[in-house]
Amino acid sequence: MSDPSQEVMTVDARGLLCPLPVIRTQETIKQLSPGTILKVLATDPGSLEDIPAWCRVHGHTVLETRRERDNILLVLRV
Amino acid sequence: MLAARVVQDQGIHVEGVNFFTGFCVEGHTHAIRDRKHEKPKRNNALWVAEQLGIKLHIIDISEDYKDIVLHPRHGYGQNLNPCLDCKIFMVGQTLKLGLMDDLDFDFVLTGEVIGQRPKSQRRETMPIIAKESGANDRLLRPLCALNLPPTLPEREGWVDREQLFGFHGRNRKPQMELAKKFGFRDYAQPAGGCCFLTDETYSNKLRDLWGARGSRDYQLDDIMLLKIGRHIRPRPHFKLIIGREEGENRFLEGYRNQFTHLAVTNYPGPLALIDGNVTGTDTELAARIVARYSQGRSVDKLWVTVTSVTGVSQDIEVTPFAPYELEPSWHVGS
Repeated sequence: MSDPSQEVMTVDARGLLCPLPVIRTQETIKQLSPGTILKVLATDPGSLEDIPAWCRVHGHTVLETRRERDNILLVLRV
Repeated sequence: MLAARVVQDQGIHVEGVNFFTGFCVEGHTHAIRDRKHEKPKRNNALWVAEQLGIKLHIIDISEDYKDIVLHPRHGYGQNLNPCLDCKIFMVGQTLKLGLMDDLDFDFVLTGEVIGQRPKSQRRETMPIIAKESGANDRLLRPLCALNLPPTLPEREGWVDREQLFGFHGRNRKPQMELAKKFGFRDYAQPAGGCCFLTDETYSNKLRDLWGARGSRDYQLDDIMLLKIGRHIRPRPHFKLIIGREEGENRFLEGYRNQFTHLAVTNYPGPLALIDGNVTGTDTELAARIVARYSQGRSVDKLWVTVTSVTGVSQDIEVTPFAPYELEPSWHVGS
């Protein structure tokens, strides 16, 4: 889980369809320092597959994924 | 996938670039359609990147891409597919990515094969793509390099030309053999279109949109909605976009604040959007058509709720259209 003292940023990709949530995540991460925690909010179920896959190829860590009905939350460490 | 692996096998660091144009077949369409009946959702480009162990940069070019779709210098293929301009643009955008994002690369490679595609992958088009993209001889096609003059990476010895290939034509057997050699058991469907612009029905819908609006232009929402539902234009000044299943209805719900929308009140049925301006008799016509696609299609009368973009609703009682009343020419795209 994330350290509460760490800086936490949020990407709101709700209502966007694949691959736009990945693109928004990618664009945000480019601006962040290593160690930053990024929360991604999404509604496209493809995000649950695609964002972790993107993180794996770029070496970022997925700390948590959660889905409640149509709402998806991913917590990443840059 | 193969081209990247061929170059990786020579010890060269490769990164992938994937472009989002708005016309991509997978991705959105997978997400929209009823989830029960779909194959596992995956972004093929990301999946390939993982198989190869390379980074993948996904770039949104949907806005700049409009100019390619609307004004292709080299014209369209069989439908509204501007394949040659598209390739030139994408290779050019890759070079730009190198400049803008400080990605330090020496050359660009693609998986093109001479003769594989009738519009964009011909012997004559290979040098056009290299020249007009600005890549010139820094554009390597590892799968058909032996059929082309040596490029800079080959001449400089960065890449061993002897280990590249001379594939040509539409037969994909040599590629499949190579895939087998690399141990790739799963890969994107050969010859499977990945762009809606190559699809006749989709292209017809886009032409219809331009015709109805009197101008060749589009917004991202327009081209997304062309992928969804039945498009029925009973009058020149409006069309209906009618959900065909639960996933599409859910997707259309997201547009309720942009379009007047209709749903049958007392029977299960689709959600429909009205694209255009409707008056009283048009509204009734639209309601009768939507009722035709509800489970109350065979009753004498049913209720349809029509809601404006401001959220004002009215219930109207209509007789569902009989099958013969629905003119075949109203179906956009066919």
